[in-house]
This record gives sequence, C-alpha cells and structure tokens, in this order.
Amino acid sequence: MLRLPPFSYHKPSSVAEATGLMDQYAEEAMYVAGGTDLIPNMKHRLFEPTHLIALKSVTELSGIREENGDLRIGSAETLAEVAGHPEVQKLFPALADAAGHVAGPQLRNAGTIGGNLCLDTRCTYYNQTSFWRGALGYCLKKDGTVCHVTNVGKKCVAAHSADTPPVLMTLGAMVTLAGPDGERRLPIEEFFITDGIYNTRRTPVEIVTEIRIPLGAASRRQAYAKLRQRKSIDFPLLTVAVSADIEGNGTVQSINGVVTALGARPRALSGWDDLAVGGTLDADMIDELAERAHEQCHPLENLIVDADWRRAMVPVYVRRVLEKLRIT
Amino acid sequence: MPAVTQIVRLTVNGDLREVGVPMHFTLLEALRYGLGLTGSKQGCDKGDCGACTVILDGRPTLSCITPVFEAEGHAIVTVEGLADVEGPHPLQDAFDLHGAAQCGFCTPGILCSAAVLLEKTTSPSRTEIKEALSGNLCRCTGYSKIYDAVASAGQRLQVEAQLGESGR
Repeated sequence: MLRLPPFSYHKPSSVAEATGLMDQYAEEAMYVAGGTDLIPNMKHRLFEPTHLIALKSVTELSGIREENGDLRIGSAETLAEVAGHPEVQKLFPALADAAGHVAGPQLRNAGTIGGNLCLDTRCTYYNQTSFWRGALGYCLKKDGTVCHVTNVGKKCVAAHSADTPPVLMTLGAMVTLAGPDGERRLPIEEFFITDGIYNTRRTPVEIVTEIRIPLGAASRRQAYAKLRQRKSIDFPLLTVAVSADIEGNGTVQSINGVVTALGARPRALSGWDDLAVGGTLDADMIDELAERAHEQCHPLENLIVDADWRRAMVPVYVRRVLEKLRIT
Repeated sequence: MPAVTQIVRLTVNGDLREVGVPMHFTLLEALRYGLGLTGSKQGCDKGDCGACTVILDGRPTLSCITPVFEAEGHAIVTVEGLADVEGPHPLQDAFDLHGAAQCGFCTPGILCSAAVLLEKTTSPSRTEIKEALSGNLCRCTGYSKIYDAVASAGQRLQVEAQLGESGR
C-alpha cells in the first residue's frame, strides 16, 4: 500500500484560472494532468505538493486540429486520443505509433501528450520508495548529495524516458507554454536541457498548452521504434525516431534521427547529413548511419538494464527504423 | 493543512454515492475503504499492474493513481457492476468455465479491461485481446486461458445477439 501525501485538489476551468492558482500557492503547488507520472512519484515522496492544480477540465488544452499551417495538439489530449486520431495517423504516423506504445492501455487513457513532454527523468536510484532511497542515503536528484550512478560529480544523469518527444523533434514541432506572465513558444529541441534533476525549460509556474507540428513535415518519411523489457507497461530502455525527405528516385534530401532513454535529454544524432544527403538509403548507408549513432551514445547505469547492452542495441534499433523508412 | 475529509459524489455502477474522504484519497481508496467495494484490488498501487482497473466513462482506468476528486462527475463501473440481477456477466461465466482465474487477484481488473473490449467488438482477434489486456499483469495463468475465456465470452455475446435475447 502506497499512500499519497495530503494535498488539496483544485479543478480550474481555464488556463488563466490555473496560472492564477499557481500564483497564489507558488512553491506549495504543482500542476497535474493525467497524473500517471506525478501520482506514483508522489506516492514515492519524490514530490509533496500540498496543492494539486488539475488541468484535465481546462477545455483550452484539448483539441487536435489544423491551424495556421500546423497540426495543433492540445496538451491535455490523452496519448490514446493522439494515437487513435485519424489526422495524426495520416500526417504523422510515427507520432501515432509512439503515443500508441507508451506504457499500457490504461495509462494511455489517462496520460496526456503534454504530460509526456514534462515526464520526470527516471533512474534506478530515484524511482523508489522513500524507505528504499533512505536506506542508501538518498541521491543527488532528491534529498541527497551523492549520485549512485557515477559516484562522482554533481550532475544528475537520470534518463529522459518519454516516447513522443524524439518523434516530435524529428518533425520540427514547437511547444507553447503559458504562465502568469503570458505565453511563449519554443522549438521542442530547445525545450529539453541536460539536467537530470529538472530537464526542461518549463518553469514550475508554466503550463504546456499545445504542441504544434508544421504540416510541411507530413511529407517526410517517419519511423519510430523502442526497446523495453516487456512489450507493454514498461518505460523505454531506448527509443529511436527518424524522419527523412527522400526524392522519388531515392535520393536523400535531408535526414534526422533522435535517440532517448539514455541520458537526461533526447539526443539529436549528429553527422548524418555528411553521410546521407545526396545518396540513397541502401544497406551500406544504413550501416554507416547506425555506426555513427553508436559512436555518440554512451548510456550510464541509470536504468535497471545493463548499460553496455543498451548501447549495443543503439545500432540495432537505428538500423530497424531506417529499414522502415526505406519501405514506407 | 487541508481539511480532514470532504464529501465526494461518485456515480458508481449506476448509483450516485456520496462518501466522506480525505482529499488526497485515490479513487481506489474511496471505492475500497469509503464504499466497501473491495472487488477492485490494490496491487502495486502505483499504476503498473492493472489490478485496480475500473471503467471510467467507458475507458479502462487505473483507480490507484486517479485522485478521487478527478473521478467526480464521471461514470464509474467496477467489477461489482459487471453482473446484473439476471446473473454473471458472460465474461465471468467464461472465466469460470475456462479456469481463467487461479489466485484471482488480477481477475477484477482483467474483467474490466475485457468488458470494454467486448463493448467494441464481440469477435476480437487474439492480437486485439492481447493488446486490450496488455496493461493487466497476471502472475499465475500464463494468460492463455484468459485469452480463451475472453474469446469465448465474445462468441456467446454474438450468439445471443443473433438470437435476439439476453440468454442470461
């Protein structure tokens, strides 16, 4: 039995009301949408807000529609809704695929795409009960001073573990944030930072209100794959997303890939343009791209599964997604 | 510190129920300890195992990580609400006939997930059954008999629909 710490539950009906409540309660409050990440974390005493500001009843945060040349996805849309939405499936099949493979069915019915962006980083030494963590003297990310993964240094290396951000990065999506001082918009690759303790640029008073994907990206070939222990429920041990602009004759015009579940932020793979642009995506090129990906990924022992194996699986999964690009 | 208890109004199995609960209760805690509906099970209690699955507005939902006040104003069906006065739900009969429950701890959650599947289609493929139950862990059966039971309950519902009678 895992009890929640006491809190008051607020159900605002607008973004303005929600940010107003956040202004009022400040450090004592946190936003919650689907709760599939925050509630278990609260049960583990990783967060103990005394006020929860629920976003599920805020209608401004729902809706999937084309708007000003973008597909606009409201942040409170559940992962099940995103995965099953005909327009998402048609325009951005890799996103539908990624959203449709997060955790298990019940979690996708509750968890939202905005929440997936704001998912807390994960680590063997962090996602544990207070008792477990206390027995080890706690860790750098919460209540302690030592990182049990690296044993040295003051940098938290907990892993970004969300499925949709890598796909959204390959599609050039934008994220809109609303706070007490108004709205701002930033490219999703700038949304994440390499700090395992708090890995996004969202300030605690801000709400992710929408994700916008340029409709132009729909012409790109897209693919996504992930490694995990079971085919359901589990968080990813490795996630790979790729997209490419390939001409009718097979010439690659542009290509990009993102991997995650290794470090504190999703990693945009570098050095692919030199290898691929102007060439064709044949077996040799796929091997070279996979090798280039392998060289730049160095996971640490931050998740329960062996880091060497996760690293060895990087080229395997990169090859798999690139094969999918070739045939789609 | 928030007040000790608040009244929450829940629509459970078609009945409107009011119950005093601490504001930080989960839906599962309100069902089990507030309303005495102990069919929904407290397994991992952190959203992994699916034993606490209830049907919220027609969707399988993990009650152990749903704050109870989030469930206010929504229709909740628990395993206690699957059967009607005529008799057990076809799924419950099928689980009995196929030996699909061993220790039985995962069964209420699995019945809820499967009931939602059979609302959508009474002739699900094996893959569809597996996907629908992929958020429910069973540590005894190995799942085969569970899948068989769900398929057979679907067949019975089809036959009943063809005969145009409840048959229960």
